Order: sequence, then structure tokens, then C-alpha cells
Amino acid sequence: MRYLPLSDTDRADMLSAIGAASIDDLFADLPAEKRLATLPKLPPHASEQAVARRLGAMAAKNTSAGSVPFFIGAGAYRHHVPATVDHLIQRSEFLTSYTPYQPEIAQGTLQVLFEFQTQVARLTGMEVANASMYDGSTGLAEAVLMAHRITRRDRAVLSGGIHPHYRGVVETVTRFPGHTVESLPPDLSGTEDILAAIDETTSCVVVQSPSFYGHLYDLKPIAEKAHAVGALLIAVFTEVVSLGLIEPPGAQGADIVVGEGQSLGNPLSFGGPYVGLFATRQKYVRQMPGRLCGETVDADGKRAFVLTLSTREQHIRREKATSNICTNAGLCSLAFSIHLTLLGGVGLTKLARVNHANAVRLADALAALPGVQLLNRAFFNEFAVRLPKSAAAVVEALAARNILAGVPASRLEPNRPELENVLVIAATEVNTDEDRAALTAALREALA
Amino acid sequence: MTMHNVGRPTAPATTDATAVASTFTGNRGLAIEEPLLFEVGRLDVTGVDFDDVGAFEPRLGGLGRTAPVDLPGLTEPETMRHYVRLSRQNYAIDLGLYPLGSCTMKHNPRLNEAMARLPGFGDVHPLQPLSTVSGAVELVAELGRWLLELTGMASVAMSPKAGAHGEMCGMATIKAAIADRGEARDVVLVPESAHGTNPATAAQLGFRVVGVPARADGTVDPEEVKKRLGLEVAAIMLTNPNTCGLFERDIVEIAEAVHAAGAYFYADGANFNAIVGKVRPGDLGVDAMHINLHKTFSTPHGGGGPGAGPVVLSDRLAPYAPVPFVRFDKDGSAEFVETRKAAGERGLKPFGRITAFHGQMGMFVRALAYMLSHGADGLRQASEDAVLAANYVKACLKDVMTVAFPERPAMHEVLFDDHFLEGTGVTTLDFAKAMIDEGYHPMTMYFPLVVHGALLIEPTESESKASLDQFIGTLRHLAEKAKAGDAAAFKAAPYLAPRRRVDETLAARQPKLSYQS
Repeated sequence: MRYLPLSDTDRADMLSAIGAASIDDLFADLPAEKRLATLPKLPPHASEQAVARRLGAMAAKNTSAGSVPFFIGAGAYRHHVPATVDHLIQRSEFLTSYTPYQPEIAQGTLQVLFEFQTQVARLTGMEVANASMYDGSTGLAEAVLMAHRITRRDRAVLSGGIHPHYRGVVETVTRFPGHTVESLPPDLSGTEDILAAIDETTSCVVVQSPSFYGHLYDLKPIAEKAHAVGALLIAVFTEVVSLGLIEPPGAQGADIVVGEGQSLGNPLSFGGPYVGLFATRQKYVRQMPGRLCGETVDADGKRAFVLTLSTREQHIRREKATSNICTNAGLCSLAFSIHLTLLGGVGLTKLARVNHANAVRLADALAALPGVQLLNRAFFNEFAVRLPKSAAAVVEALAARNILAGVPASRLEPNRPELENVLVIAATEVNTDEDRAALTAALREALA
Repeated sequence: MTMHNVGRPTAPATTDATAVASTFTGNRGLAIEEPLLFEVGRLDVTGVDFDDVGAFEPRLGGLGRTAPVDLPGLTEPETMRHYVRLSRQNYAIDLGLYPLGSCTMKHNPRLNEAMARLPGFGDVHPLQPLSTVSGAVELVAELGRWLLELTGMASVAMSPKAGAHGEMCGMATIKAAIADRGEARDVVLVPESAHGTNPATAAQLGFRVVGVPARADGTVDPEEVKKRLGLEVAAIMLTNPNTCGLFERDIVEIAEAVHAAGAYFYADGANFNAIVGKVRPGDLGVDAMHINLHKTFSTPHGGGGPGAGPVVLSDRLAPYAPVPFVRFDKDGSAEFVETRKAAGERGLKPFGRITAFHGQMGMFVRALAYMLSHGADGLRQASEDAVLAANYVKACLKDVMTVAFPERPAMHEVLFDDHFLEGTGVTTLDFAKAMIDEGYHPMTMYFPLVVHGALLIEPTESESKASLDQFIGTLRHLAEKAKAGDAAAFKAAPYLAPRRRVDETLAARQPKLSYQS
């Protein structure tokens, strides 16, 4: 077996050094009647070629996003990732290293985390960011729990623009400690009155912008109302590229900012692994979940980086920890950071402009089709349309023609008949003029 | 013209090697210092070119940026150099033996990387119409089948994103099952040797944690468990093999007692690498167990994630698994169940949703590639080799270091305490840092908490005998050097790493968590 260096002679020599008669002696503590002799239902080992053939056949059954006109977003976005990124993250020293618990021989990972934290803090307009979360949705649930710790209240108000799956995660995670989540109904028009839902019992107000339906919200009045009653504003985004053009949540008064960072550096990969971004104000840092990297010096006085404030964490605090989390999305945060380093602020804004331009052009083209109603006044690279028939059926019909048109809202909100005809559509820099023309023509035919 | 016939010298001159105490650049040969991105990058630079988009009317509703993004950029060659230089300051499995106990730092096959990057896996959206992703669903189902076969369990929840997330998922499943029974059990028993995530997870779900002490031999005493069982106990969380590297040999008795008391048995699967193909947790009475694909099944640790923590479940817990999941029948057909509505229509009662999408697909592909490559025989051999390597290290070091629990065979890792350092002035930390100068990543230190100055060594099955012998020789040398009274050399170690010992106290007292110009 190509991955196992020990020969039978080595094994015999080692057993003899141990003083064991056979390998079974080392497994003597396993209950004898429960031990397995073989695994009969599983095949024997296979060559690299055989494994590649088998998995390649499975992969070939899928329609890859890059092979068709592709307009699906709804929390994960297809962007062009520079070739440099994937090369660098496969450096052995990044790929095959562990959590940097021995800082003297992990300065590479640690400096990357420090740079990542700084990038995320500046991008979101916040003071401090952690070393990443599993993804945006789990980050949001942690943010709500953090707001409950800070305010000592337990009633969260969620905008109707929150990604339905993010809402599901928040509702699930907060239910166990007995907290309350008040979720507003889906905000198709982008005009909900969330201020009316905020009162003295509110721990936090959670607003996603751009929203699941693509709407942009002015966070400033929401922050003002929240702060007036002692609540926090949690701002969420699923498309980090939007921050290249849109005023960052930190500048609009957000107390915690959570987002999905997949768009930068990371492939779609059928939903994971992704990278959750998490930023807050300096004064709340000790209530923050997740790993943090800080600057310090070594014994020679040289600048060095190290994981810090671990007294918040489970390996020290056990049942009193701020969270049970004991990892981050290391390699995904590295990919994010490298992509953002290549872009720089000016590149990110250029990228965002291309996205916005493509979305505006697509929205205008689709809105001109008979029976199609654009639901957004303001949007970034994603918008919602109401069709004259079931969006799920239209998506299936277009998929049969090798066009991936968007996400029917009903797929994520199966209990809401009023969403039956709503289609959420994203456009990014990967879409060409031909892609947009193909979608427009196919949708016209599907609706005819 | 004069030809100079005295050419380049080809033999080194004899010089004093210590003469170069410092360099102008601060670099030392191939060890090159790298400034922060924020010191080398420029605000007007980008390393990405874009096509011109032409004129259009923005539709941002007055919410556009009022200030430019405050982030420096680098061109492509500068980016390459920045990260390659940083990478060289890391230790890695590909550089050497990485004996971190409880972390299973085994070889990460590159075939797995290539497979995860196939466009049919890497470039597929989680919300594509299911008709366009049948191969992705097939992959998830196939990995699920392997996990069930290896664990002897009934069902698997694939969406947890890491081990601790899997713990949360498994314990939430238990919580939902208990609520469905109309009971209000709120206590979780956790042995003292458990990972910190176990009590943290239980507490996060609103359970009360009650500790269970360890026996003198490092394992859980079933009588101590029985004493604590009662109508208020929801579950026990037990790691097996445990964090002392020992198999809990009374596990069947414990499981039976837990079940008799109406509670569930959660197993922490962190150490599954010791027993793959040797015994199945389902046959031992386990109700739920997370599996760290990044440990046992070789998906790369990536400097701290991403992991993946699927949870296998017993029949009794299967109906409560969170959405989404792949459900497969015994005839081999697989069905992707995405919403609570769809689950309800199938008579299931999912406790909710724990992440936006379907889990760590990229890790699933890698883990399945690993399993297919090893096959039934290779997986079993890998576990045997891992256990053999740990016992070999134990046998070769037991006369110079103190094995914490010498009377039982070690499993895939061996635990030492710091008695062998008594009177030397050298601590576990000093000893570990001295290993760095010898070219090794230290073992896990000061964990588990049940022994003094713990040193937990997990060599894994990926090491050749020559590699193990060199490692053993190194530790013998260091142990003898400590006993010989050379404490000062240990106190200042490491000398030869990219950094000397770092000041963690300063970092915590005056947190600097981002770059300030």
C-alpha cells in the first residue's frame, strides 16, 4: 500500500522490540467478542489510477458551473480566482501544517492570520476581526450568542432579508439555550419596517445587506434605533465582493459584522469548505468566539505572532468557554487573504464594478421580458424577479437547456406559497455578454 | 589582452563559522525575513487585470462607498514571494514527523487534492438543480456508506464542518430525542480526560456538565459512571481510545449501564484512527460519534482548518439528524433531503439546520479518495501500523522518560508525564522547545490534564522505521541531556527556529490584533 512505509520485516522487528508476540497483543483491550476479522463489504486497496477513474466518473455526472451560462448565487458565488492563489495554498508548509500552537515554527501561518484579521477589519470598517469561522452561517449564529452575552438579553430580531438557511442556523443554535428569535417575513420589496420590531427587550437586530433577495439596506437608522434601546446591530453579507463598492457596515454603526468570504479565493465546492468572516468593536473582543492571532515579541525582541486571548476558549475554559469552536477555516482564510492581497483595495473595487455592471445589464434585459418583474430598486450583483409561473419549473426547464438560471426562492422557503414565482439571480465577472444573451433568450422562450 | 588564468576558488577557505553573528538584512541565508503585507503593499497597486466594463448607471441606491477601500495590494510576483517566504517559516508534515497527540498528523495524499479540484466537484454550486449534481450526491452517499460500514452505525449526518461542530450536532440530536420522549434530562457526564470541546459543547446546548474521575490506570471506572447515572442524565460523552491513548476496555459495560438508565452514549471520534477496521463503535453501544475526516481520513489540516466532522448515529437517533442530508436505502439508491418540510414528509424529525449548505464537500472528496486508495485491507493495516508505531516509541523510551500508564498497551498515541524531568530544572515546555532545534515539531504538551506535565506522542502510520528510530534517538538524547544537568540549554531553546521563544503574556496583556501604521 503506497501510503504505508513499514515493511513486514519492520513490523516484525518493532513487535519484537515491544515484546509483543503479534499485533493482536496491542489490541488486547478491545473486547474480544466485538473485534473484527475483516471488513467484507468494502473493496481492497486501489491504485491511484483506479481511484481517479472512479471519482472522475462521478465528477463527470455533474454540470460544472464553468461549463454553462451560470447565474446562481444565494450565498455562494462563482468568481475568477487567480491561478496564483491555488498554487500558493498547496505549498506543503501551508497545506500540511497544524494549528500554530508552536509559534516559533509557525510564523508563516500566524503572520497570514494577522494579515487576514487586519484585512477583514479594514474591509468591514471594524476594529478587530478573528481568524475566521467555519462559514458565514455558523458565524452569524455565534454572533447572536455573543450579542446575548454582551447585552444579557435573549431576544434577537432578524430581518426578512436574511438568507433563509442562515436564519435556520440561528434559530437552531439559539433554541438550545432557550433564546428567542423573532424573524420578520421575507422582505421581497426591500422596504420592511424593522425599526418597529426593536424594543427594550431586543438583544440584537440582524440585517443582511445585500439581502438574500439582493436589496441594499441603509443600516444607519437601524443602528441608531438599536443603540437607543441598548441593543446591538449585527450586519451580515454573503457576497464579500460587494464591500468593494458599498459603504462598509462598520461605517454605518454595526457592532458585529459577519460574512461569508467564499467569493474571494475559494471555489463553490458544492457548499464547502468556506470561510466565515467575523469582526467587531475592540470593546467586545473578550466576548468574541473563535481564534485570534496577536502581535508580540520573541526572546530576542524580534516581532512575532502568536494565538492569544485563549482564556475565552474551550481548551482552557471548558464548559465556561465563549464557544465550543476549536478551529478556524485556516486554508480557506489563506486563499481569501492571498486573493485580496492580489486585488488590493483598488482591485476589489474594480472587481465589484464589473460585477455590478453585469448585474445591472442583466436585470434590465430580464425586466424587459413580458411578465417579468424586477423586485429591486437598489442591488449589487444579485437581484430577484417575479415570474408569471413557477420559478422552480423555469429553472428546471433552463437547466435542461444547459443554462443555470438562478435559485427559486421556494427551494429555501418551501412553506411560503407567495414565493412560488420568485427567482434569485446573480451575475458576476465570469458572465460574458453571450451568457446574458443566452439566459435572456431562454427565459423569454420558457415564459412564452 | 591579458587572460586571467586564476579562476574561481573551488575549495572552501578555513574560517570561523561563528564569525557571522548578524547580517545587514536580518536574513540568514535561505531564512528570509518577510515584512507585513501592510508594510510592503501599496494602496494604488493591484495584481489583477480587468477588462473595461464601459459606461453604466450604478444602482446602489445611494449606499455606495464614501471612502476607498483601505487595503494595500501587491503585483503577482510580489505576492508569490510574500507567501512563499512566509510558508518557509512553518513546520509541516511534508517536512518531518509531526507527533502531535490527538491530532493524527498523517500523510496527506496529493491525489486527494487533485480529485477535489475536478470541475465536477470543485466547480459545482450547492443550489444547482439536483438534476445537474447527481454525481455530487452519489459521492456524499458513497462516503456515507463507507463511514457506516466502518462504524457499524445506522445513519450519518454529513453537514458538520469540524469536530466540535459534529459534537454539537450529535449532542443536539440527543437533546431532540430526549425532548421527543417528553423528558427533561439535562445532565451530561464527561470524564476528566476529555477534550475541552466536550464540556463546552454540552454547556452551549444548555446541558449541565458532571465530571467523571479517571481510575489509576487512566481509564474510566464503570462504577463511577453508574454512581452518577439517574433520571436527569441525558448522555455520557466518552472518547475512545481516550486522550491518554488507552482503549476504554469497559466500554460495553458502560454503554449498557448508560442505556439501562435511559441515557445516550456519545463517543468523541477524535481517536478513531487507532481502531478503523479493528472494532466498530456501533457494536460497542455507541449512539452518536463524530468523525474527524481531517484526522483519520487524511484531509489536510491546512494550518488550522477547514476540518469536517460527519456524525454517525444509531437507529434511535437517526430521525433527528439535521437537514440537509443524503438518505439512502439498502438497495443503494440515494436521495437528497434538503428541507425540514421534505424530512417531515418522510416521517423524520430533524432538530434543525447547523450550516448554510451541505457540509465540507471538498473534504468529502479527499476522504473518499483516501478510503478507496486504502481499501478494507489498507485501512486496517493503517490502524495497526499507527498503534504499532506508538507502542514502539513507548517501548524504546520507557527507560528514559516516564510512561504515564505503563500497564496497558498504548493505542495510536502514547502519553508520558514529566516525572523523568524531576530535579532537572527542565519543564515539559522546555523539553518540547528543545525538540524544535533538533528539527521536530513538539508533541502535544500539558494535555490531557489528568497527568502532570503531559507529553502526548502520536507518530501515525506514515513514518518509516528509520524515521521513528531517529525520532526516538533524538528524544533519548534530550532526556539524557536534561538528566545530565544541562537545564540552561533547554531554558533558552529554541535557538535555531525562525523565532526564539515568544512572549505570550505580552500578547494577551496588550492585545494587538491588527496592523496599526
